[in-house]
Amino acid sequence: MSLYTLLGALEIGLIFSLVALGVYISFRLLRFPDLTVDGSFPLGGAVAATMIAAGYDPFTSTIVATIAGAVAGLITGWLNVRLKIMDLLASILMMIALYSINLRIMGKPNVPLIMEPTVFNVLQPEALVDYVFRPLLLVFVVLAVKLMLDAYFATQSGLAIRATGSNARMARAQGVNTGLAVLAGMALSNALVGLAGALFAQTQGGADISMGVGTIVIGLAAVIVGESLLPSRKLYLATIAVIVGAIVYRFFIALALNSDFIGLQAQDLNLVTALLVTVALVVPKLRQHWSGKKGS
Amino acid sequence: MLKATDLRLTFNPGTPIETQALRGMSLEIPTGQFVTVIGSNGAGKSTFLNAVSGEQRVDSGTIEIDGIDMTRQPVWGRARHVARVFQDPLAGTCEDLTIEENMALAKMRGQRRGFSFAVKPALREEFRAQLATLGLGLENRLSDRIGLLSGGQRQAVSLLMAALQPSRLLLLDEHTAALDPRTAAFVLELTVRIVAEHKLTTMMVTHSMRQALDVGQRTVMLHQGRVVLDVSGPEREGLDVHHLLDMFEKVRGEEVDDDALLLS
Repeated sequence: MSLYTLLGALEIGLIFSLVALGVYISFRLLRFPDLTVDGSFPLGGAVAATMIAAGYDPFTSTIVATIAGAVAGLITGWLNVRLKIMDLLASILMMIALYSINLRIMGKPNVPLIMEPTVFNVLQPEALVDYVFRPLLLVFVVLAVKLMLDAYFATQSGLAIRATGSNARMARAQGVNTGLAVLAGMALSNALVGLAGALFAQTQGGADISMGVGTIVIGLAAVIVGESLLPSRKLYLATIAVIVGAIVYRFFIALALNSDFIGLQAQDLNLVTALLVTVALVVPKLRQHWSGKKGS
Repeated sequence: MLKATDLRLTFNPGTPIETQALRGMSLEIPTGQFVTVIGSNGAGKSTFLNAVSGEQRVDSGTIEIDGIDMTRQPVWGRARHVARVFQDPLAGTCEDLTIEENMALAKMRGQRRGFSFAVKPALREEFRAQLATLGLGLENRLSDRIGLLSGGQRQAVSLLMAALQPSRLLLLDEHTAALDPRTAAFVLELTVRIVAEHKLTTMMVTHSMRQALDVGQRTVMLHQGRVVLDVSGPEREGLDVHHLLDMFEKVRGEEVDDDALLLS
């Protein structure tokens, strides 16, 4: 694997670590199986790309894309909390609604960003080549997001969200408005995914309606890989694990797709993802099984 | 002061499994009183407690705490005035959070939760001092996950948590029922101490007639969703478990007589 592909994998891994952090918030902290991300990821991309193509500043566009993601999460949460639709179904409804909404936003199946300014090429110093600078900038973004999340979940309101996911009955007895906590958590989770989508569109030369397919699986894969590499219940370690998981996962994908002897091509990506997640899910169980046998 | 007036609640109305859980249940608990509530299975003890805590909406009747109408308030809205310890030791704490995080959560019961850090050094010292009074060595395990503690330890911490923030009413829902006898005795002793220390208005639901007479100042027996016995003062002093059992049989007997009348 060349340095170029390596840095490319790092770049995409870092972007997807934002998705993974979002998935960690919904699946692990809130215990809300949220598939909205398959829609909010391209939503972030669509909003950012369309705004940049229309001449808006790339930073403003990225912020608006993040907010759009938050709104999508808020609606999924609302469907579940207020309308009492089952969590998984509420998120699927939102996901397919977003497919149409994304097409409406873009007005066509894809919005290319070729010569337009992006947060990456605006900030890029002369001395660095783009494929080195992009992952470098992303490292800062991801670290900043991680530290902010760690801090937030240690605050009174962040603690209320964690309590809601862990034991909603107890949280209510302590005066936590658990409905509101779910809404806040879902908004935060999908805001991160929207941000990831916006950054993805800006590194990959545009937004595409199909860019969201399988986002949730990649996010979950990152969370699961991270948890099996660095198992910890401490939040600041768990967020690190999730980020590492996203990057490691991406390297495996790059390795699989770039090893000529395996004969895999880019279109096999989703198949490889599904296989990797299956392996990641089964291995801990097998390990338990074996150690259990040894013990008895 | 708790004032519950004419509470009525029917589960599954209009179906073959219709159950009238509360049938005109009324109870007043003056400020500072410790009341124990007994009754057989299905007497409506838990339903009444859940109605007061807000987990169960009633069909009719009113629930007031210190003159504030709570009847339509959600659980989290009542939490400002009502503290609660659950029967299941696992239910009263968040197993994924640390001991100090659980306590911080309870410290803010019913308060607005803002963006300041939940566990601050001063607070941590307060928690440490509180935990030290338990004599379980938990004061050195503040950052341990509470899921690592035993049921009895978690129940003891739950009791401390209930008293971290002032409340107008403390609800104890058979909170020693799931513990082994020794631990149950410890938790009950702790309950009496904490209630006395904070002069808490308390309603304790229990299965144990012994317990019901040993602690508190007043005992109430429920049957078929209303109060059938209400003793306090000297009358209660003279009561023993077999008296309660006799009264219990009598109430049950009347019910049989009613049926006999109906069928004859």
